Amino acid sequence: MTLHAPTRRELLLGSGVLFAWSYLPELARAEGRDPRLLVIVLRGALDGLAAVAPVRDPDWPSLRGEKGLGGATPGLPLDSFFALNPAMPNVHRLYQSKAATIVHAVATPYRERSHFDGQDVLESGYGAPGTADTGWLNRALLTVKPEARANGANREAFAVGPIAPLVVRGPAPVLSWTPQRLPATSDDTLMRVLDLYRHSDLALARALEERVGLAKIARASGMDGEQARTPGPVQVRAYFTEAAASAARFLARPDGPRIGALAFDGWDTHADEGPVNGRLATLLGALDGAVAAAESELKEAWRETVVVVITEFGRTARINGTEGTDHGTATVALLAGGALNGGRVIADWPGLKPANLHEGRDLKPTTDLRAVLKGLLKDHLRIDEAALAAKVFPDSGRVKPMRDLLAHA
Amino acid sequence: MARDPKYEAALALHRFGLGPRPGSIGAIASDPRGALLAELDRADAGHSVEPALATSAANARAVFAFRQEQRAVRQAQRMARETDMSANSQAEAKPPQGATPPRPNPGPGVPQRIYLDEARARIHGALQPDIGFPERLVWFWSNHFCVSADKGNVRGTCGAYEREAIRAHVLGRFRDMLLAVESHPAMLVYLDNARSIGPDSVAGVRQKRGLNENLAREILELHTVGVRTVYTQTDVTSFANVLTGWTVVPMRQESARAGEFEFNPRMHQPGAQTVIGKSYPDNGRAQGQAVLFDLARHPATAKHIATKLARHFVADEPPGSLVEKLTKRFMQTDGNLKEVTKALVSAPEAWEAPRNKLKRPGEWIIAALRASGAATPDIGPVMQAHNLLGEPLWRPPAPKGYSDDSGPWFDGIAQRLDIANQFARRFPPDADPRQLFEETVAPLASNETRQAVTRAESRPQALALLLMTPEFQRR
Repeated sequence: MTLHAPTRRELLLGSGVLFAWSYLPELARAEGRDPRLLVIVLRGALDGLAAVAPVRDPDWPSLRGEKGLGGATPGLPLDSFFALNPAMPNVHRLYQSKAATIVHAVATPYRERSHFDGQDVLESGYGAPGTADTGWLNRALLTVKPEARANGANREAFAVGPIAPLVVRGPAPVLSWTPQRLPATSDDTLMRVLDLYRHSDLALARALEERVGLAKIARASGMDGEQARTPGPVQVRAYFTEAAASAARFLARPDGPRIGALAFDGWDTHADEGPVNGRLATLLGALDGAVAAAESELKEAWRETVVVVITEFGRTARINGTEGTDHGTATVALLAGGALNGGRVIADWPGLKPANLHEGRDLKPTTDLRAVLKGLLKDHLRIDEAALAAKVFPDSGRVKPMRDLLAHA
Repeated sequence: MARDPKYEAALALHRFGLGPRPGSIGAIASDPRGALLAELDRADAGHSVEPALATSAANARAVFAFRQEQRAVRQAQRMARETDMSANSQAEAKPPQGATPPRPNPGPGVPQRIYLDEARARIHGALQPDIGFPERLVWFWSNHFCVSADKGNVRGTCGAYEREAIRAHVLGRFRDMLLAVESHPAMLVYLDNARSIGPDSVAGVRQKRGLNENLAREILELHTVGVRTVYTQTDVTSFANVLTGWTVVPMRQESARAGEFEFNPRMHQPGAQTVIGKSYPDNGRAQGQAVLFDLARHPATAKHIATKLARHFVADEPPGSLVEKLTKRFMQTDGNLKEVTKALVSAPEAWEAPRNKLKRPGEWIIAALRASGAATPDIGPVMQAHNLLGEPLWRPPAPKGYSDDSGPWFDGIAQRLDIANQFARRFPPDADPRQLFEETVAPLASNETRQAVTRAESRPQALALLLMTPEFQRR
């Protein structure tokens, strides 16, 4: 089977990383399936409790009060206990048609709170940071017995891009591409720089504020000639959606790749989190748009697809002094796709009483994220369970692959 | 405040060098001053890493040949079109006679290709030195004696100009650099002296074309004694007369020396000239050389150069005592630039001055590349970054060169943020922001800076923040 080598134009239209899928898992093929997997990494620690709120937990209102879901804003009902953030109507629709699953109170084995180390563990698949410079997704590919090898001509199509996230890095060949125009600096990065300057270099702060002020004026008066310097909700949504749509277009092709990975930044909501109509709502809305775009572009292939959205850890159960949340532990993982046995929230709920919180501050993890990922890799891609424990997620022998995630299995 | 023992080493790399690479602070921590001086003493200090680049004259000939070729192509196309039209005007269509005109070369033309090759050599060269002090000096002098690639055929010769006229003399004598610069074809074209004709010269009498004062003025105003000091308009005119005949061997002569400097006596204004109170007899080319040498040893020149050096390296308003020291050294050593440079590094004022100067775009870009450990980055994005930040390589808007004051460069701070984001994505995948922080700015950094970098949301964000910290932006 010859690979589709993307044209330069196609490469320039999207963002993210795709595997060159030069072979299909034998066993899946034998079953007559053609599975797709899209991994979306959210960098910055998504506040799982604000994305999927335990509105019926008796201790929930005291933690987030009126600002959280379930107060003035009911959220979109999932089951008798949880509600989905109203910024995600597409995920809600998929949930209701059994094409979305949420896993709550889930975490990797990492228990510190550093973004870099947390992302390292999330993406490397190891139990501790600094252990590997390859990702579990890449190693998963390597364990699959090739049905047909890539021939020499296709080798030109493989290039590891400079911005490949860790989850896909490794010996298995990877196609990666970057959009022609990288997204404008996120508001978050800009604010962090401004904050630093305001505390330590006023001249730089003034210079930066001036330029930002000008950009806001330009945006307000609709001057769109030059791309707005700091992206508003429209731009964030557009970027997430375009990235997911591009990935989906590749995955949909009969001769195209089958595994992909994207990374979205911006989830580190320490201040003014805005879960209902602020920053986090915007981000969740953009993620919702991305899932919908993937569904739309995959078309018939959506039936064979799983999109899995993961993040390095969660956030504190309580709001902090600046209307935000700090780094926490357990969070959510979100699955979407026609191949799922969906319409469920899977959670061994630990409760939210102070005694039940991890270190008195975070949602306690009761499920290992690797169980979810192993379950997907085993049942969707038919990757051997022993290989999952030995090579893909080393030292995870005691973590059993989660069952019944997929519809066909 | 107890200073980190590596403070001086970090300061040396940011203020006098091209920026730290991983490990470089530690490597010079025991004696930063000594390390700087040692770099000056190297036999290859200031040399280009790429010896195989063509000479300025060879480049000029290549540019000329390219332009001829383009002209021929355009002419052939024009003739083909005319043949076409006359053929179509007849009843039956006839295919055009004559050879099919060759298609013009796709891609960048020869001048641009030369320019990019030279840029590549310079950028890659800047990534190699341990500290990069001689290279900073090259950049300083190249800006002091600037030419612009936007003029005439200078695009094809500006890179060679820097190698031939600047690099060779950066640690030599000022007067030798001055002579090399003012007789270099790139400068003679840039400041119009190549076409300057003495009104009473053989050519002047015949062609009724005349004097161009540009080079003479800029030598006085910018290169040597400095504006509003010791010269008058009359001096400018006299000096311009002295410099007539300093020109470039024309291309049309098709000699092997086309594109090189020549003194053309037929263009030279005859007679003695008085410049700044001294009369110079007319002995052809030697007349101009004599004026230049006198300018080189003028006290006003010493002060001007001392001020510029101090302003570039140390502070927008340099301490008077520092300028005085450098001026004295310049005079004492008859313009020995190595000695003046050593005096700069040995002066306590140079180290005690607060880190207020903003890195110029080119300096900041190279520092970012060095921090990332890049060896041979793509030249395209690097040039683009220079352009976006207002310091396109070898293309200053005026003979004054790019500003050495920090003020004008603050405007580009927001663009630096965008570029930092893009650069952050080009760091190697295993780049650890916390470690890079230690290796580049930690000894200089405030607690706020440390926290900002280590608490970033993701690795790419941390790296972008690192490049934007005040400690990385200033020197």
